[in-house]
Amino acid sequence: MTVKQTATAGTTESSDIMITLKPNDSGIEVELDSNVKKQFGDHINALIKDILQKLSIDNVKVEAVDKGALDCTIKARTIAAAYRLRGESDYEWEAINSWND
Amino acid sequence: MERLRRTMMFVPGANPAMLRDAVLYGADSIMFDLEDAVSLKEKDTARILVYSALKTFDYSSVETVVRVNALSAGGKQDIEAMVLGGINVVRLPKTETAQDIVDVDEVITAVEKKYDIPVGTTHMMAAIESAEGVLNAREIAKASSRMIGIALGAEDYVTSQKTKRYPDGAELSFARNYILHSARAAGIAAIDTVYSDVDNEEGLRHETNLIKQLGFDGKSVINPRQIPVINGIYAPSVEEVQKAQEMMAGIREAEAKGSGVIAVNGQMVDKPIVERAQRVLALAKATNMEVD
Repeated sequence: MTVKQTATAGTTESSDIMITLKPNDSGIEVELDSNVKKQFGDHINALIKDILQKLSIDNVKVEAVDKGALDCTIKARTIAAAYRLRGESDYEWEAINSWND
Repeated sequence: MERLRRTMMFVPGANPAMLRDAVLYGADSIMFDLEDAVSLKEKDTARILVYSALKTFDYSSVETVVRVNALSAGGKQDIEAMVLGGINVVRLPKTETAQDIVDVDEVITAVEKKYDIPVGTTHMMAAIESAEGVLNAREIAKASSRMIGIALGAEDYVTSQKTKRYPDGAELSFARNYILHSARAAGIAAIDTVYSDVDNEEGLRHETNLIKQLGFDGKSVINPRQIPVINGIYAPSVEEVQKAQEMMAGIREAEAKGSGVIAVNGQMVDKPIVERAQRVLALAKATNMEVD
């Protein structure tokens, strides 16, 4: 899916992450702002990319402002931003649930 | 043994830090709130956040409850996500009639069937927050085999009664007693309303002593600081624990001898006395008192 608009989910409160998705021409590009970027940057980037790919969003620029979010929060915020981008409110829970296996 | 529900703590569903820490405060139940604590434009994000928390954190030491939105306002999506996440109890707010419970039960059943979850796994409770709801509490409590409790939501209730909350709680007297009787007649738990003035510990103590005396299982809680106060008031005294232990020891001894009628310390012991003794010991264990 190619992105034509912008969508955001999350906050910049402690333990949260704000994910903003914007149009991009070539693939998934993550711009991460995080105090733990040195240690966990690669992990966070990979997590966000993985979720977006599972939701068939292939060309997107991601701006992620991390305030110490755990993986489950990063996943939840990325999923929410992706659905907002698609303009859909009915989640495919069966598919999302299968990602926990 | 019946589950203790002395404290049921509200946790805003849109707050990742509170979802992570909720299990640490010693509440018997934690109630993730997808309704009033979440703004209209964040309903979607809170739902996936609580689902992810349920799939990630170990909440096994507590009962997990979720306050969902009305079925007409996103409640169906809430229920699908929460049941799939493995929530223990779905709490319906602003319950007015038994049909409200039947409708939610049907949605839960459909979700359980869709995902091969044994039908009946997910429990339900109802919050009663209006005159209509109070007067229908008896039918509401018995409306589904999933029901494990009913709770009073006093802020909306007193507004519907054209009054406000007062320190002595007289304005809640009828609602509390009717909800309590309805719960007991149905064999389910009765949970009292929140005490909103979090800085007034004396007021919280007064109200908790009152609802404990009436027979409520416990209270809803909006701040972790209220948990030790309420749990402490529900803790039995050392004398009560000793008496309960003597009672249970006497029963075991009489059973071993094959005695029909049981007397402990000169007092005849019958079923209600045994049940009270068992509850005292359960409360003592939950308070980390030493129990044989």
